[in-house]
Amino acid sequence: MWAVLLFLALVGLGFFFGRINEAKHFAYLDAREAELAHITLSNTKYIPDGITNSVFVSGNVVISIDYFKRIGAALRGLVGGRMETYTTLVERARREAIVRMKIKAQENGMTHIANLRLISASVFKNAKTDIGSIEVYAYATALK
Amino acid sequence: MRNIELTNLETLPGRTIVKHLGMVQGNTVRAKHVGRDIMAGLKNIVGGELTGYTELLTESREESIGRMTEEASALGANAILNIRFSTSSVSAGASELYVYGTAVVVS
Repeated sequence: MWAVLLFLALVGLGFFFGRINEAKHFAYLDAREAELAHITLSNTKYIPDGITNSVFVSGNVVISIDYFKRIGAALRGLVGGRMETYTTLVERARREAIVRMKIKAQENGMTHIANLRLISASVFKNAKTDIGSIEVYAYATALK
Repeated sequence: MRNIELTNLETLPGRTIVKHLGMVQGNTVRAKHVGRDIMAGLKNIVGGELTGYTELLTESREESIGRMTEEASALGANAILNIRFSTSSVSAGASELYVYGTAVVVS
């Protein structure tokens, strides 16, 4: 009985706070991306003319999924199909990592970012308490 | 230790490569922290960033980079080109962060 109530409470908490957190995070990302849009981003190795300075920049983030979505994903895993819950989690992580990297480029007064690379890992996946989290690491060379 | 320039491009803008010194690498294996894990467990209910883990991985990568630059410095390099990172899960709750690149002398 108590176990069921606890489960429902966790799902409820996850549903409400998870939604609020996600909406807040997307709003934050939209705002920062607009602010940082003047720094061009490329994943090619092309160096524009007149560049004389470079600095290595990177950004990373570990984001966890909420309880409600984890249960939803577990159910989805039974029938297959598109996992919308994890899609937004990974999107948030990638955008956040890129924003953090761009902030570092801005601090250094850089105007371009070349050779962007993204790597992701579910680092602590093998752990006993498997938490649905992902790390995204973005690195590149900022140019001026 | 000399100041070593890092880049993941194959050249350094505005500089010329004088000498290639071969590949340099750095790695570190880190285990997660129980205290951080408890916090992560709580955070896992409502979702969001696991700040403790973000910091842990940032520190670990810095350590790997530190080891790589030490190696480059010992070879007499002043820049490392074409840096790449990779991550692997070694065992439950531990991860390896590996970084590698090519040490060069630039003028």
